[in-house]
This record gives sequence, structure tokens and C-alpha cells, in this order.
Amino acid sequence: MSADALLAVHGLVAGYGAAPVLHAIDLSVPPGAIVAVVGANGAGKTTLLRTLSGMLRPAAGRIVLDGEDLRGVPVEQLVRRGLAHVPEGRGVVGELTVDENLRLGGLWRRDRADAARALDEVYQLFEPLARRRRHLGHQLSGGERQMLALGRALVGRPRLLLLDEPSLGLAPLVVAQIMALLRRLRDSTGLTVLLVEQNVRSALSVADQGVVMALGRVVAAAPAARLRDDDDLRHAYLGF
Amino acid sequence: MDRFVFLTLDGLSRGSVYAASALALVLIWRAARIVNFAQGAMAVAAAYVAHSVTSATGSYWLGFLAAVVAGLLLGALVDVAVMRLVDHRSPLNPVIVALGLVLLIQAVLGMVYGNEYRPAETPFRRTALSVGGVAVLSPFDLFVFATIAVVVVGLAWIFTRTAVGLRMRAAAFAPEVSRLLGVNVGGMLTLGWALASGVGALAAMLVVPTELGLHPHAMDLVFVSAFTAAVVGGLDSPPGAVVGGLLVGLLLSYVSGYVGSDLTPLAVLALLLAVLLVRPAGLFAPVAARQV
Amino acid sequence: MSATRAAAPPASRRPTAGVRPAGGPRGSTLLRHLAVVAVAALLLVAVSYGLEPFRNFQLATVAAYLCATAGLTVLTGLNGQLSLGHGALMAVGAYTVALSQNAFADRGVTGQWVLPISLGAALLTTVAVGAVIGVAAARLRGPYLAGVTLAVAVVVPALTVTFDGVFKGEQGLPVPVEPPPAALGPYFPYERWQLWVAGAATLLVLLLLGNLVRSRFGRTFRAVRDDEVAARLAGIHVARTQVLAFVVSAAGAGLGGALLGVLAQSVSPGAFSLTLSLFLLMAVVIGGLGRLAGAVWGAVLLVVLPDLTHTVSDLVTLPPAVAQRLEGNLPLAIFGITLVVVMIAAPGGVQGLLSRLGRALLARWRPRRT
Repeated sequence: MSADALLAVHGLVAGYGAAPVLHAIDLSVPPGAIVAVVGANGAGKTTLLRTLSGMLRPAAGRIVLDGEDLRGVPVEQLVRRGLAHVPEGRGVVGELTVDENLRLGGLWRRDRADAARALDEVYQLFEPLARRRRHLGHQLSGGERQMLALGRALVGRPRLLLLDEPSLGLAPLVVAQIMALLRRLRDSTGLTVLLVEQNVRSALSVADQGVVMALGRVVAAAPAARLRDDDDLRHAYLGF
Repeated sequence: MDRFVFLTLDGLSRGSVYAASALALVLIWRAARIVNFAQGAMAVAAAYVAHSVTSATGSYWLGFLAAVVAGLLLGALVDVAVMRLVDHRSPLNPVIVALGLVLLIQAVLGMVYGNEYRPAETPFRRTALSVGGVAVLSPFDLFVFATIAVVVVGLAWIFTRTAVGLRMRAAAFAPEVSRLLGVNVGGMLTLGWALASGVGALAAMLVVPTELGLHPHAMDLVFVSAFTAAVVGGLDSPPGAVVGGLLVGLLLSYVSGYVGSDLTPLAVLALLLAVLLVRPAGLFAPVAARQV
Repeated sequence: MSATRAAAPPASRRPTAGVRPAGGPRGSTLLRHLAVVAVAALLLVAVSYGLEPFRNFQLATVAAYLCATAGLTVLTGLNGQLSLGHGALMAVGAYTVALSQNAFADRGVTGQWVLPISLGAALLTTVAVGAVIGVAAARLRGPYLAGVTLAVAVVVPALTVTFDGVFKGEQGLPVPVEPPPAALGPYFPYERWQLWVAGAATLLVLLLLGNLVRSRFGRTFRAVRDDEVAARLAGIHVARTQVLAFVVSAAGAGLGGALLGVLAQSVSPGAFSLTLSLFLLMAVVIGGLGRLAGAVWGAVLLVVLPDLTHTVSDLVTLPPAVAQRLEGNLPLAIFGITLVVVMIAAPGGVQGLLSRLGRALLARWRPRRT
């Protein structure tokens, strides 16, 4: 476990009710890295993200963001510490317009001028959103919603982006675009990404490191290229 | 024809108050999925505060201000001290709790002020002005229109043009996502309760002088009318609440003018039932229905 | 769909006193209930001789309220439909009995059979009104249902003023009731007779409701309350079940109102205001939603609490004006606070607390099985 990790998770236990879903998870995300958490349905990937962003209270363990323990920090404060979570199903507010959704991402910021700049950058980044500014969230296509959710997180200029299943229900071409975009963002702004995916191939294609989860445990952590190319590992944990 | 004009204007004046009350109901319904059955009682409490302040200071306007402030505070208090603690898994629970508040508030008012009608002050005369020999509106009616217009426009401005309004809407529609985006959802909910209750208090200040006067039960029937207005417009639609309020006001004015004022309660009930049975989502239901 | 349906609080979902899952053959349930009712009737008669007239009258009032609270328990607790309009249904029963008794008296018809006929008429009228509201209610959910029944509660008393040719407005109607039968002797206290009449009617209602709760109908009521979709999939006609529950419940309220009118020997709109409806709801909630035994607690509370505050305010010397304000409102305030606190702290109500306490004690006394 490297000391200079942006996000470090130690012995994290969490779940719903009495039965834990996560059993003593250890995880480390270096700054500027794209880390993909992959695994089968029910491995605990979404639970992990929900615990990291404070939606679920961990039963045990520590979550350290940039040297700071996040225990007891309320959910709505995390975004102020540079953590953005794009939830599964994207969490676009259907009743609000595209513009309102995006502005919502920067409302917490004191620096109004930079929030406005960030908004403009997102519109430049996602052309389709700029064209549909006044449309309501529920009028967008699946790909546009993913852009909106991603863009809304970026308006807050996060240091760490938690992405839950960005490929869910999207056409392969759109998935490829989004993955390429993550890579570009990392390269240009130094954004750190923790990506949870069932779409193992595309996740590992963009990630620097891969973490394999099964039944609530981390069963393998290795550079993404190795996971991708090591047939034994792939067969054992990923089933292809 | 003269009579029709008079009844229409009178109905619109009354209806604008129902519109404000209905708007207050819709605000809380959208934010918390609770129909605040205690709204009438809370508003009467605020009106009593105004009564006390006006009696003590001799100034109607200080009392008016006090009512609005009392309404805001009472709304926030009810949310923080009561509604927040209720188990919302069954929609029955908040309704029952609100009714408990009705009993409590009305009883406390009865203990403090007594259960008799007290005359309510108005800042302007209530005798109708004539235009070309036709009795139209009283100065008080104009005051009602102006106040409600300010409230409606003000609320619309807050909700659609300000950051706080955006936060409140987001918190109501998607509480979990809003928290992830740094919105203090609980605080927005309390603010919503305060605003709604403040609007309700304002409505009470405007409607009580036109009825029998100040009484712990003064808003019972008004509440039923406001609820009907909110249902007519669709509980999820603020513009619908305004239109619904005006419609209910007109209906009541015509019924009481052409049929008999004793029949207005029955007319409200009939309208409420008709709308619920024919178009339960209201006449102005938003195009995309929310999944509840 | 089912999420917006008013459902009972979780605590009352488990099988409870009145709602035990079928324990033994059907016939024995009826026999057991009959035995309980017989014992209760005997007790009531014995008690009626032991108490002073005023207490007899109070007990009779409890019985009248019990009809209504038991009916509301079936509706809200067992079927998950909220009604804020049961006070209005009581008014329907009370005014029917008043009109009927007056009609008989005007024609000079006398006899002990007159009152049961009037009570029956009250029951039938309320059932008809209940069916109408029930048909509307079956299409409404949660706050909408609450709003409509609230409107009923506010509007119905106002109708007595609208049609004051029949109902005599605020002043109300007298309810002429005959003296106790001569067979009971010349000095039989009137209040004891009142208790007998009210008690007999209420025990009959409780017997019928108790059996209904355990019957197939009771099960469909609960199934609809817990999950409408599942109930529909299980072949239950949801709307019909809801209307039936409303009708049964209305019958209880109507008879209760009728008895209340008979006891007071007059009816007036002031006695059936929105507050009464809220009282009933409170009684049912505090007693414990979904338990007929809870309805008893609620009815007792409705009579005892105002009496208690009266006693307390008598003990403290207050200026008469203040005392009058307190007496009218203090019970209301206590009811309101209790309602809020019970809903927050103990949604199972008094009966729920008692059952929990009982179970805890049993668990302590009974040797542990391992």
C-alpha cells in the first residue's frame, strides 16, 4: 500500500443490514491513475463505491482520501474534498434541464467564476449537451445521460472520480468514446478515476490498474495490461 | 351581467388565496411527499400571532410581518422537530402525525385565545368600489391580488432563477444524487417547509378577514378548498395549483351567488370527488409522470 | 401502486392479538368468541349494578365509541385505508336514529321494539352512505383518500345547516327514547338501561367483527393492506375488498353514532365536527392499529381523558374563564400530542406496547428452551 496514494482503503467492511457485502477490502488508487474494479454481478462493486462516497456507513475499516480519514464526513461534504461519484444508472435528474443538471454540479463551489468556466469547458467537451441545454434530463438518450452525469461531475473539478458502470446500456461505440474521453481527461488534467465495470474488456483497455473482486473480496490486483494478457488470471476470475 | 362580473371578480379574489394555500401544499408535497394536513392550523396560529402583535403595537403591518415570520419558523419547526422523526415508509404515518398537530395547535390556540370568533383587522376597506355603476372590487381585494401576485412571482423566481431554488428542486426530485453533489438535502427540506408554511400564513392573513373572523377552526374549510385546488391542478404542479385555486374560487363564488352560500361546502366536495374520480393526477399533470 | 397505498405501520404487521393466524378449526373460533362475549355481558351487567348512574352512562358512551373505533380499526388497521370521515358517518347514524325515533313518536307508535328498528335503520343508512364513499375510496390512495374523507368530515356537519328544514341546523334534533321496560321494576335507573342497550349492541358488533377478522374476509383485508399487487395476483378482487371493508367499517361508525344520539337524547352538528373524526383516528392509532383490542383502549381513552382533565382542572382553582378554556381544549391538546408521540415512538400503540411487554414477561418466566 503506497503512502502517496490519493485514495487508500484499509480493511473496509460494509453491507446492508447484518450481513456484510464487503469483507475487508484493501485498495489503493495512486494520483493520476485510472483504476478499474471488475468482477461478476454481485461481487460488491457498487457497494464499494457507495461506501466510498459515504452513502453506506462502513462497519469497519478506513477510507483515506489524500491523507485525510473520511470517517464521519457527511456525504454532502465529500464533493468539497474533491470526490465525485457518478452513480449507477447515472443519476441524471430527469425533471431538471441539462443546464440545471450541470450547474448543480458546481453550486457548492465558492469560486463562482471558475465554476462558470468549468461549465463552459464541459459544454465544449460534450457537444451534444450544448445543443440540448434546455431539454429536460429525461428527454435525453442513454449516451447523452452518461455525458451529462460525467460532465456534471467534472463541473466540480474533482480530484477523484468514482464511476459506476458507465457502459451500462450503451452502444459499444459510445462506450469506446467515453473510455477514450476518460483517458484524455486523465492525461490533460491529472484526474484520478476509480471505475467500476462489468464490461471487463473495455474497462481494462482504458485502465492503468485492474482490481478483481469476487464475493465481496479483492481477489487480484495488478496492472491492467497484465490482467488483460495473463490468460490464467483472466480464466480464473473473469471467465473469458 | 353586473352580478356576473362581481361574482367573477370576487371569485378570483377568493381563488387567489386558495391558490396560495394550494401552492404551499404543493411545495411540501413535491419536497417531502407529504400532504401537510396541518397547514390550515399552522396558518391560523400565525394569524393569531399577527392578532397579538397588532393588538400590542396598533400596527397592522407589524402584525402582518409577524404572521409571515411566525409561519416560516413554525414550518421549519414542524419539519425539524416532528416530521423528520416520522417513519415515512407508510404514507399513513405522516398524515396521522399532521392530524395530531391539527388537534394540538387548535387546542393550544383555544387555550390561549379562547374558542370564540375574533374580528380580524384589514389594512384596507372591504367595501367594493364601483366602476361605471357596477360594484367590482374592494381595496382589500386589490391588496389580496397584489400580495398573491408578488408571492407567486417571487416563488417562481426563487425556484427557477436562484441557486437555492435549484438546490431545493434537485433535493426534492433526487435526494441521493443531490447529496453526492454537495446539496444539504435536509436543510433544503426544512427550507421548503418554512417557505410553504410562510405562504400558508400569508394566505390565512388574507382569507380570515373575509370569513367569520379569527377562530382556531377558521381555516378548516379553507384547507379543504385549498386541498381541492391542489388536486384539481395536480399535486405535483405549482402552476396547476394556482390555476386550480382560481377555478375553485370561481366555482365557490358562482355557487354561493347563484345557488346559495350554504351549498359551497358541498360544491367543494363534489368538485374534489369529480376530479379525483375522473382525472386523479389533476388537470395539469406534468407530461412525464414521476415514478413514486 | 402499492407503495402509495396507505399501509399499516410495520409493527402491526405481525400477527397479533386479534389477528392470529388460523389457530384450530373455524367453529372453535366462533365458540370462543361467543364465550368471551357471554362473559363480557355478564360482567357488564354485574358492573352496571355496582356503579353509580353517571359511571354507567360513561361506560355506555365508551360502548358507543367502541362501535366506531372497532369499525375504523377494521378499515385503517386491517385494510390500510385511512378515513378521516368516520365522525361524519357517525353523524349519519345519529341523525337517522333521531329522524326515525321522531317519526315513530309523532305517530304515537310505542314499544320496546321501536328503538332496535331505528338503530337498524341507522345501520342501513350508514351502510348505504359508506358504500358510496367506499366505491370512491377504493379508487383513491394515500393522501388523496385522506383528503376526500377529510372533506366529507368537514362538509357533512355543514349540511345540517344547509338543509335545516329537516335537520334543524345548529340546534339539532331531539331523540325521544322510551323508559326502561316495566318488567325491570319501577325504580330501575335509566342510566343502567342505557348501558345495557349500548353494551348489547356493541358486544354484538364486536362479536361480528371479531369473527370477520379471523375469517377469509379478514385475511383478504390484510392481504390487500400489505401488498395490493400481490393480493391481486393471488386472485383477490382488490377494489371489492376495499369497498367491503369500508362498508363494514361504516356500519360500525353508524351504529356508534346512533347509540351516541340515543344516549345523549339529542343530536346536533357540533357533536360530529372534524374533531370527532380526528378523535376516532387518534383513538384507533393510540389503541394500536390493526387490533380490535386496541379499539377498546381507544374508546376508553375518548371518555376517560376529558373526564380526567375535568377532574384535574377542578382540583386547581382557576378563574372560571380560564378554567372553561382549559377544560374544552386541554384534552384536545393531550390527544394531539399523544397522537404525534405515539406515531413517532410506538407506532404499534398501547396494545402493541402491552403485547410486547407481555411477550417479554412470558419470555422471562418461561424456562428457556435450548
